[in-house]
Parts: sequence; structure tokens; C-alpha cells
Amino acid sequence: MANLLQSDRSFYTTAGILLVGALLAPALVYPVFLMKFLCFALFACAFNLMLGFVGMLSFGHAAFLATGGYVTGYLMTNFGLTPEIGVVLGMLASALLGWGFGALSVKREGIYFAMVTLALAQLVFFFYLQAPFTGGENGMQGIPRGQLFGFINLGDNLNMYYFVLAIFVIGFALIHRTVHSPFGQVLKAIRENEARATSLGYDVRRYKLMAFVISAAIAGLAGATKALVFELESLTDAHWHMSGEVVLMTLLGGMGTIWGPVVGAAIVIAIATIFSGGEMGNYIHIIMGAIFVVCVLAFRRGVVGEFRHFMQRNFQAALSTERT
Amino acid sequence: MAEREMNNNYILETQNLTREFRGFTAVDKVNLQIRNGDIHALIGPNGAGKTTVFNLLTCYLPPSSGTILFNGRDITGIESSAIARQGLVRSFQISAVFPNLTVLENVRIALQQREGNSFHFWKSERVLNRLNQRAEELLDEVGLLSFARVTTRDLSYGRKRALEIATTLALEPQMMLLDEPTQGMGHEDVDRIAELILKVRKGRTILMVEHNLHVVSKLADRITVLQRGAVLTEGDYATVSADPRVREAYLGVSAEEAAA
Repeated sequence: MANLLQSDRSFYTTAGILLVGALLAPALVYPVFLMKFLCFALFACAFNLMLGFVGMLSFGHAAFLATGGYVTGYLMTNFGLTPEIGVVLGMLASALLGWGFGALSVKREGIYFAMVTLALAQLVFFFYLQAPFTGGENGMQGIPRGQLFGFINLGDNLNMYYFVLAIFVIGFALIHRTVHSPFGQVLKAIRENEARATSLGYDVRRYKLMAFVISAAIAGLAGATKALVFELESLTDAHWHMSGEVVLMTLLGGMGTIWGPVVGAAIVIAIATIFSGGEMGNYIHIIMGAIFVVCVLAFRRGVVGEFRHFMQRNFQAALSTERT
Repeated sequence: MAEREMNNNYILETQNLTREFRGFTAVDKVNLQIRNGDIHALIGPNGAGKTTVFNLLTCYLPPSSGTILFNGRDITGIESSAIARQGLVRSFQISAVFPNLTVLENVRIALQQREGNSFHFWKSERVLNRLNQRAEELLDEVGLLSFARVTTRDLSYGRKRALEIATTLALEPQMMLLDEPTQGMGHEDVDRIAELILKVRKGRTILMVEHNLHVVSKLADRITVLQRGAVLTEGDYATVSADPRVREAYLGVSAEEAAA
């Protein structure tokens, strides 16, 4: 258990340092950029819960990001809800959709699972394209950020930033707890050896479905928050490109690691922001593609995974003496 | 022995169990009767359908026809995981462990199954620590206590199989199905696993597929010989090994080896 305690301690130390950094960050960096990053980081973490900790590759997570955004946007625009309620309802809508997706897909494995989720997400995309309330190609514009708890004006970017940071922390903590819970232990067992988990009496499909619902809910939370940040929800979020982008973020950062998706999202968003301004804007997909190829060929564990591997290999001796 | 003979109950029975794969009959009207408390071995040449029978019994495969009774209850076609919860737990031909979890965690996963907190995603995994003591007892039983904190991937093959038995025992199954428990092992490991099986048989029934006839002769109370998917004969080791059909079909050379 020394091992567990130690990894616990290093997690909380890292989290503490990052949180202080995040609280101070708006003094140095444009808050809207930070908020965009936090939304995508949460989205990638939600995706990683399935890919990294259960071994399920969903290729339809865009549907949950978009559903969170559209539902929250619609409710905020038409019913004047406070943002915290709007965001929670968007999240619940995504969870519900995730339950539907999961019920239809968890019986399949590997590439078939990925294809079923992709097909369902395309169905959702075309629904949002046609449905009158989404604004179709124009997107849903002018979503009000509203007043948090009825009295904090989120029109102010700094207030909005801390609201988004709080949501990120809650979502991230929920994922961390899920991974390190009795339920998370079963998920890891399923990832490691599904047939054996079944033979020990676990009804594997129900656990996969549950993981799917949690993942979809948090992806929806990210989408709902993002819609408020930009006061806009568009079809970009529902497009299969978005499902691909979250795979890229997760693999780049390191799947199956708790910080990997956060780092991956930071890299992808930073590159997109740096290059989209200049003349290089047209080449952005080529650059991303090249990075992806290099990542898959040269460092398969992703940034965080490679770092951890490097530390384990070089400092294993030091760590084990410390443990005894 | 006398005690077991008095107990005439069958814990597991099959009636005309049949499985066809696109016209090929892998298992043909097999009637098995496993007595409560026995170690029952299923033997036969390669391709006789032993593993298919195993997969049918634990519902990893649905039978084409026939029924399976466990404790007199029809379990044909129910979920594999539900069968495990009823007390019929199987092992696999290739060692079935969770390689990136520790040895202790492997056993704990099995103990956790009956805790009823396996869907609790909001609780800390520390609640599982109360299972550690029981897990350590089980590891001690199979001689793995000193490896409790080791990542399972790093264990030797023989120890992985021992861990698998400890994990299965954690469910306190009424009946264990062992698929070639000594396959691919050196002499020392074979003996160790055989000892272990004798040790854990107390209070439960074991059905095993086994190629090593030395192990079968040492452990099995009853033996069923399968050939081309059908039951050729059944009986104790002396009866079965004396049967000329068995010698012809299967034991021909191996009988002398086993006797040696």
C-alpha cells in the first residue's frame, strides 16, 4: 500500500500546484483561451475514462459534446435559467443520450463498437442539422451566459473563467474518483481480461454501460460549459471531426493516465490557436496530422505516459528504497 | 471415499448436450453426471470436444440442444456471469489473471464481487482495504503471500496459475471447472498445482480437463473419456485405463508412460 499512498501523494501535489497556477493564470493569459482549453481538457478526460480505463474506443463522443451545448443553449435562451442549472440539465441530457448509445453498443467490441458509436453520432449530427431549434448551419447564436446563482454576472470574462475552472475541477475530480473507486477497480479488471471478469461473476455489459453514461455526462458538461463561454453552439461540435480530435488529444497526452488528456488538450488547443492566426492557418490539419503520426510511431504512450515510463525506468531504484 | 459414495447427489448433470458448428458436431449428445464432492476428469484426444464442453457448461457458448442442470436447476442459456454467482466458477486454458494489477488486487477483485459495492463510483477504493486480510489468507493458502504487492505480469507461469486458483477460491465456489490446470508447466510446478488441487478440493466439486495422465491418476475419482464429441466410457482410473477402446483411442502409448 506504500505504493498507493505514494502515488496518491504525488497526484495531490501535482493537482495542488496546477490549481494554484490555474487560479493565477488569467493574469497572464487571455481568459477565453484558458476557458476553451479547460472545456476541451474536460472533454478529453471524459473520453479517456472509456478508452484509457475500460478499453472502449468510442468514435461518437462529439454527439455528447454537442448535446450538452445545444440543450443548455436552448434552455438558457428560452427559459432564462441560471447558468448552473442550465449546465446541469445539459449534462443530464448527454447522460441520457449516452445511456441510449451505450445500450445499443456495449454488446459489440473493438472496431465494431467504434463503428456503432460513429453511426449513432452521425445520426445525431444530421438531427441537429435539420432540427429547427439548432439554427442548422448558422448555429445557435447569442446564448446568454446569465447570472450565476442569480447574482454573479458571468458576462465578465474573469467571473466566467472561475466558474469554468470550478466546473472543470468538479468534473475532473469525479473522473479521478471513478477511476479510484470500487467501480473503477472492476473497470480495470475488464480492461485487463474481460473473459476472466465475467467468469468471476461480473456482468461486464452493465459495467461498460455505466462507464459510458458517466463519460457521456461529463462530455456533455464540457459541451454545455463551452456553449456558455462562446455564447454559441454550432455543428462543428457534433461533426465526426470532433470525435477524431478528442482521440488525438487523448493519445497525444497519454491514454490511461489521469493527466494525459489535459496535456493533450493543451497541446492541440495551443497549436490550433498559434497557427490559426497566421498564414499557416491553411496547413493546420496537415500539422496536426503530422504530429499524430509522429506520436503514434515514436511515442505511443503519449507525453504523460512516456514521462512516467522514463521516471519509472530511471528512478525505480530510488523509489523502491524510499518505500521500504 | 465411503462418505462420497453414500452421497449420491449429482451437482452437475447434462442431458443430451449437443453443439454443432456449421454442420460439424463438436459435442454430440453428451450426458455427464458429476457427483458432489468428486474430482472428475474429462480426458480425450485432441479435438475430442473437451474445451467446447467447458464452454457450454459455463454458457460461454450456447448449446445447439440439450440441457444443463446445476444443483438440479436448469442453467442452460443464462448469462455466464450469473452462473459464476451461483457458485460454478471456471478457469481458462491460458492463465487468466489481470496482468497490470497487483497479485493482491487480483484476489480482491473476486472478493469484491460479493460486497455489493461494485457500482459505487463515488466511493474511494480504500473501502476495499477491508478485504485485504481475507485476500492475504487466500494467497497464503496457495503460497503466494510474499508476492502480494508484486505486479502480476512479473510472476512466473506456474505462480500465475496458482494465483488463478486463489482468485477462483475467493468466490467460495461450490464447484470449480479447471481447464488444463497443469498445461505447459515443468515437473515441479505440475506437482505443486496437483498438491494445491488436493488441498482446495475440501467441501467442493472439481471438474477438470487434463492431458497429464499422471495428474489424472493421482487426483481424479472419476474419469470421462470423450472421443469425437461423444462419451466413449466412464469410470475410475483403473476401469478406464483397462478399457481396450480407450487404449486404442487415446492411451495406447501414454498408458505405459503414466504407469512408469
